[in-house]
Amino acid sequence: MRRDIFQAIADPTRRAIITLIAVQAMTPSAIADNFNTTRQSVSKHLRILTECELVKQEQQGREIYYSLEVEKIKEVDQWVNQFRNMWETRFNQLDDVLSTLKTG
Amino acid sequence: MNDFAVDRKTKTVTFSREFNAGLSLVWDAYTRPEILDQWWAPKPWTSKTKFMDFEVGGRRFYAMVSPGGEEHWSIQKYTSISPKTNFKLLNAFADKDENPELPGSEWDLTFSEQNGKTTVRISIYNESLDRLDKMLAMGFKEGTAMTLRNLEELLAILLQQSEKHANG
Repeated sequence: MRRDIFQAIADPTRRAIITLIAVQAMTPSAIADNFNTTRQSVSKHLRILTECELVKQEQQGREIYYSLEVEKIKEVDQWVNQFRNMWETRFNQLDDVLSTLKTG
Repeated sequence: MNDFAVDRKTKTVTFSREFNAGLSLVWDAYTRPEILDQWWAPKPWTSKTKFMDFEVGGRRFYAMVSPGGEEHWSIQKYTSISPKTNFKLLNAFADKDENPELPGSEWDLTFSEQNGKTTVRISIYNESLDRLDKMLAMGFKEGTAMTLRNLEELLAILLQQSEKHANG
């Protein structure tokens, strides 16, 4: 199942998980140690994040490590940046037009 | 650009910009099609206004034209005008026959002059900010909205780390 990336980060626990594994790859039990919820509930959040392709799993020996998909997180930021860049460009172009009009 | 901000509560993006020109000139640049078309489209795109009636209830029907000649039409309908101070409009994408794709966004533009420089403040309300809201709620302090700068900083750190991993 493919989920909406925005749904993934709408939940505070999932956002906290993202913050944790942004710094280093962690095992599910190490992640769960940071929360007062059940391991099952943390596992569920990890599953959702995995389905959204926001986190990736890596087997190291007998442990599974979860880490962040940096590219995917960047996608989240893209809309705002595109929007902002478009207006920046517009305003800079307007600067040029205004200086032409002033001297004209 | 100054104070680019996303307000999660009101689903509004607000930003402002100071221009090195008097109020009348800047107002004209925003409200006269022949000037508007000179700067509205980020290059190499061009802006082509088919018609523009700058009055309350009037509309601007214009296209962003790609370098390859592709036309993306939009309609802006003016809902309020206070000359040289403020105007408001509804903005929506449209097809070439002037049929809007709703819902659009609501824009509010305010103009003020100080010492020969003019500041334009723009607020854009957008339904789809609902999603943006969730994204910005990735504040890394619980309950605070994340600023764009935070996210950029985080990404920079993450990218550095991933490069280290790739090279290490």
